Amino acid sequence: MVRAVGVNRVGRRALLLLAVLALLWGLWEGYRALGIHFGWTRPFTVDASTMPHIHDMVWALFQRPNPQAPLLVVTLLKAAAFTAKEAALGFAMGAVGGFALGAVLAHSRMLQRGFLPYVIASQTVPILAIAPMVVIWLASIHVTAWVSVAVIAAYLTFFPVVIATLRGLNAADRRAVELMRSYAASRWTVLWKLRFPTSLPFLFTALKVSATASIVGAIIGESPSSISGGLGGAILNFAQYYSFQPQNLWATNIIAAALGVAFFLIVVLAEKLVVRRAPEHVA
Amino acid sequence: MTSVKIDGVSKQFQGGTVALQDIDLEIEQGEFISFIGPSGCGKSTLLRIVGDLIEPTAGSVTVNGKSARQARRDHDYGIVFQDAVLYDWRTVSKNIALPLELAGWDRERRAKRVAEMLELVELHGFGEHYPWQLSGGMQQRVSIARALSFDPALLLMDEPFGALDEMTRERLNAELLRIWDASGSTVVFVTHSIAEAVFLSTRVVVMSARPGRVSRVIPIELPQPRTAATREDPRFFELATEVREALHMGGSIEEKVVA
Amino acid sequence: MTVAMTKRAREWFPALVVLVAGIAIWEGVVKGLDIQRFLLPAPSTIWTSFSDNQGQLWHEGWFTFQEALGGFAIGCTAGAVFAVIVARWTLLGTAFLPYAIAANAIPIIAFAPITNAWFDPLTKTSKMVIAAVLCFFPVFVNVVRGLRSVKPSQIELMRSYDAGEFTVFRLVRVPTALPYLFTALRVASVLAMIGAIVGEYYGGSLDALGANIQQDAALFQFEKAWAEIVIACLFGIGFYLAVVLCERVVMRWQPPVEMVGA
Repeated sequence: MVRAVGVNRVGRRALLLLAVLALLWGLWEGYRALGIHFGWTRPFTVDASTMPHIHDMVWALFQRPNPQAPLLVVTLLKAAAFTAKEAALGFAMGAVGGFALGAVLAHSRMLQRGFLPYVIASQTVPILAIAPMVVIWLASIHVTAWVSVAVIAAYLTFFPVVIATLRGLNAADRRAVELMRSYAASRWTVLWKLRFPTSLPFLFTALKVSATASIVGAIIGESPSSISGGLGGAILNFAQYYSFQPQNLWATNIIAAALGVAFFLIVVLAEKLVVRRAPEHVA
Repeated sequence: MTSVKIDGVSKQFQGGTVALQDIDLEIEQGEFISFIGPSGCGKSTLLRIVGDLIEPTAGSVTVNGKSARQARRDHDYGIVFQDAVLYDWRTVSKNIALPLELAGWDRERRAKRVAEMLELVELHGFGEHYPWQLSGGMQQRVSIARALSFDPALLLMDEPFGALDEMTRERLNAELLRIWDASGSTVVFVTHSIAEAVFLSTRVVVMSARPGRVSRVIPIELPQPRTAATREDPRFFELATEVREALHMGGSIEEKVVA
Repeated sequence: MTVAMTKRAREWFPALVVLVAGIAIWEGVVKGLDIQRFLLPAPSTIWTSFSDNQGQLWHEGWFTFQEALGGFAIGCTAGAVFAVIVARWTLLGTAFLPYAIAANAIPIIAFAPITNAWFDPLTKTSKMVIAAVLCFFPVFVNVVRGLRSVKPSQIELMRSYDAGEFTVFRLVRVPTALPYLFTALRVASVLAMIGAIVGEYYGGSLDALGANIQQDAALFQFEKAWAEIVIACLFGIGFYLAVVLCERVVMRWQPPVEMVGA
């Protein structure tokens, strides 16, 4: 009985997803048709270049940009994998480092007071503004290009994870801590057996945001330098040739969107497996 | 004069739970009635039916000669919940003034009435405080002040002191009686506490569960005004025992009822 | 009064120490190890570059900030309006919310070249659009959550007063949603600046910060680039603090909460 309900739910979700996509497709094509028919120039000129048909975008994936090149979708998926590698490495570094720093700060009020304002302030700094420079620097000291992009992704992950770790580790119920102490548990045990599990929901909230940020960081980081193997490079490339083949850029964006959502969903899945409680989608 | 007439009220929720079955009760003007019973006996549901917050599946409720719905529309009653339900973003004064604002009273009239209410619940001087600055007991007093702000003939209270400690509870019991005496309203009070029910009421309605129904109605003829001394009156213990036995007979042995 | 002040001072002292120490170490390391300027300029040289180009820097910063502000205004308003609509019709809400959350995971910045194709890249509009889209989703998701977080007993109370839907909305749902809105606004303020600057990397007027940062970095004029970054940071932090100030004023009724993170 429960199985049937479960399948029903998934089925309904899938149907709903299709409905939403169909609705968006309809809106796009509808706006395009009307825009071209009435010659709308506000807010932007609607023509075959600014609003290619959606099916053209999808179709473009299965074309060769030039006769010697592989199918676009193959190139893009390779680029996506390249970007994903950078983002994943950065995400991992940032998450582990962030958690470590958060754990250290959680145990020292003094250190917190010293460093927390900068951690918070760093979140308000437009970090991506530095991205191009970081890549150029690290390239000039001979760090492999894609590692420097990973560094950017790590940065974007690091600080939110520190803050979430701090909040999470301190969120344990005082009475639960007292209970642990009454069992003569060491600080380390309390950290591992109580505070860490309590902090998981907070951590995952931050990780969900960071997953996206890592992808964005990786794409941006690739842009300024000669890294052409990733999605950032692909976007720059097709942006240059936009007026000739607008659908290629759109196709690239579709793949980029899919990558971002995929990363996000992986973290959501991990959360469902690790945190045996209803995950809260906190923006 | 009958203030509230509950006539053959039944309530069945979706899914089949029979919360209330065939409740008949008449409450006179100026009475203090307590509903007491185990969890699931429908006392809170019955209170909400009187307040037209839930619709009965059968039967009717008349308040002051009107239908429950009309009585709600005419602001004939004030309601107090276990949780004070104060709005964090309003000061104490603004919280008390809420129903008056909704009724369209002008500023001057509202200010005057709020001042009266603050005096009544002995929170003079706390008008500009925010709810988070007050203790649980004080928040409930604000809630009571708000319920009484437009001088209703009927006051509905759903375990208003349930979340407070014993001493605060006893103090607020005494205050509530003073307020009741001063305002002259009819009070319908839901509680889990036998002592509270006996101390406050003119009559105690003992309910039982599965399905929710009235087991017994026990008149409490302890002298008024009731004071701390009343709690030590031997007659008080006798009445409490009567209520307790009525509860046990209704099958409430396994439920937790605070004496 | 003095007791409170000394307490405040003691709280901020460690942070100040870290700041001063950080800058000193930076300066020392660069000068001492004679690190090439194109690797890591010393704070003193950045400061020189900053003061030398102040006029131009503030002008560029202001240009970019206007893009961020415009996008912020459009995106947050749209997000709030849609949230109100969606929260009203719960069926829509349950359907759309997960997609809005997933949509937030799309690297929207990847659309910057497209907005540059739609709108003249030299104008502010293309960057405003990016900033607006970035601001939309956090505000949308949070306001929906806020509007829906009203406790049932609060609604019951309103029903006992026979209050109409709009009254309930005005007096209960909106104030309940405000803290959630402001959390989103704080995040949005940061995203708007980022959107504007990064959007400029893909093509923008030389009056704007992003284009200049990129150019100066490519020309190895790192001190100037860093000075531009400092300006970007100043505007970014300033914007964030402005939102926080707004929050403090509008929500005077909040008990003092230890703020850990945005």
